[in-house]
Amino acid sequence: MNIIERFEKVDRRIIFLLVLLAVIIPLLFPIGFEIKASEPVQKFYDAIEALIPGSMVLVSCEYDPSTMPEVYPMNQSLARHCFAKDLKIIGMGLWPQGIPLNQASMEQAAEEYQKEYGVDYVNLGYKAGGIVVISSAAENIPNTFPLDYAGRPIEEFEIMDGVRNFDNIDLIISLSAGDPGVREWIMIAQGRYGKKVAGGVTAVSAPAFYPYLHSGQLQGLIGGMKGAAEYETILQTSGTASRGMDAQSIAHGLIIFFILFANFFYLIGKRRKK
Amino acid sequence: MIETLGIWIAALLTLCILSFLYKDNPFYRFAEHLFVGLSAAYWVVYSYYNILWPNLIQPLFGQGQLLLIIPLILGIMMIMKLFPKVGWMSRWPLAFIVGSYSGYHLITYLQSNAVEQVRATLVPFIQIESWKNLFTNPGVMTFLNAIAIPVVIVGVITGVIYFFFSKEHKGVFGGLAKIGVWFLMIAFGASFGYTVMARISLLIGRMYFLLHNWLHLI
Repeated sequence: MNIIERFEKVDRRIIFLLVLLAVIIPLLFPIGFEIKASEPVQKFYDAIEALIPGSMVLVSCEYDPSTMPEVYPMNQSLARHCFAKDLKIIGMGLWPQGIPLNQASMEQAAEEYQKEYGVDYVNLGYKAGGIVVISSAAENIPNTFPLDYAGRPIEEFEIMDGVRNFDNIDLIISLSAGDPGVREWIMIAQGRYGKKVAGGVTAVSAPAFYPYLHSGQLQGLIGGMKGAAEYETILQTSGTASRGMDAQSIAHGLIIFFILFANFFYLIGKRRKK
Repeated sequence: MIETLGIWIAALLTLCILSFLYKDNPFYRFAEHLFVGLSAAYWVVYSYYNILWPNLIQPLFGQGQLLLIIPLILGIMMIMKLFPKVGWMSRWPLAFIVGSYSGYHLITYLQSNAVEQVRATLVPFIQIESWKNLFTNPGVMTFLNAIAIPVVIVGVITGVIYFFFSKEHKGVFGGLAKIGVWFLMIAFGASFGYTVMARISLLIGRMYFLLHNWLHLI
């Protein structure tokens, strides 16, 4: 067996091991590659910066623990950004498992910025129905969410005073890992009610949302862990996304090398067989 | 103490799942079955307390909202799918869902995903400001900004031509369709690149958990 045949029949577990090392080593010994904010992330940041203190931001979480490494850092940074600007957050979700994750992000940021539940932020919880929930909340939030995530009536909370429908919301942000998610918010909140909508999505779904950004239907877009790291960079904070970017870059480099290497030996092998 | 125990369980289950990369084994099988069973139980309990109870049972039997008898009956008809003799009954609520959802969705979907996207391509082919910017500050970014709109317009037109099957793809038409294919291939490549990034991100997330939360090495 010559070297080309050996490479053609390489055990896939060797590749798994190399990818694992490419991820673990930069996590243990950070390199510190530079992270620059891309235009979609900068737009996301600018959309929040454009709000005046006291503005209402509706943050809807449509993700679950399986996509936490990508979306949770966005959620944490977003809560910090809003509280740093004295914005009020109304949390909700079209996925049930997004609710505790959003709550954890808001609680953590609230502790850092001395914000109070019910005054500066509230979590309305989950409601089944996807697109119908968005339409219903657009017309009447208290009717759609009479209780918060812990079952307390929302009229008890100061933050909900005067909040009737989407007219009282200044910016809507959906952090999503699938459907229902950003697309449904664009269709109803932006398309039907003309509200400003921004999104944070997993890397898998990010390419599908660039047309919405180009058309102006989305105010800004954070895509995957890389987008989350860029957002952390703009906010000058170091979160889990920034810490993972060295590993991401090395692993990508390794995969590019594998693709070129495999194609090179494939072509040589093909030529020899001829 | 409970948090530490949770971290240990999560770490060991992560290792059980990752062990599949070496080869199929009983540890992987155990973690897989545990996940399937727990997920099913979680969703049953969650659906009851967060969907059925607050939206149907409590308002119907607690507050006497009799109109909710209709969705209750439709829900029961849906469960009939489990019994072959009366399985046909499940088609009625399904038809109701498909019909109402389509009607509700259709206009909004077309508006957001077709009309708005077409409108976004109805822009001048040459953006004079971008080209002026290119000549005053020549560089990669200014060049990309200058050609962005022409690339979008050419991509949309040639992409649509590729999917136009009523005319044979020959001559000029065939050439344009080929350009459309190139645009599609680049889009698929970008999409695949993002997918790789997503999967690596998930691996990083798990490794970060093991090294940070479990082993406290970082």
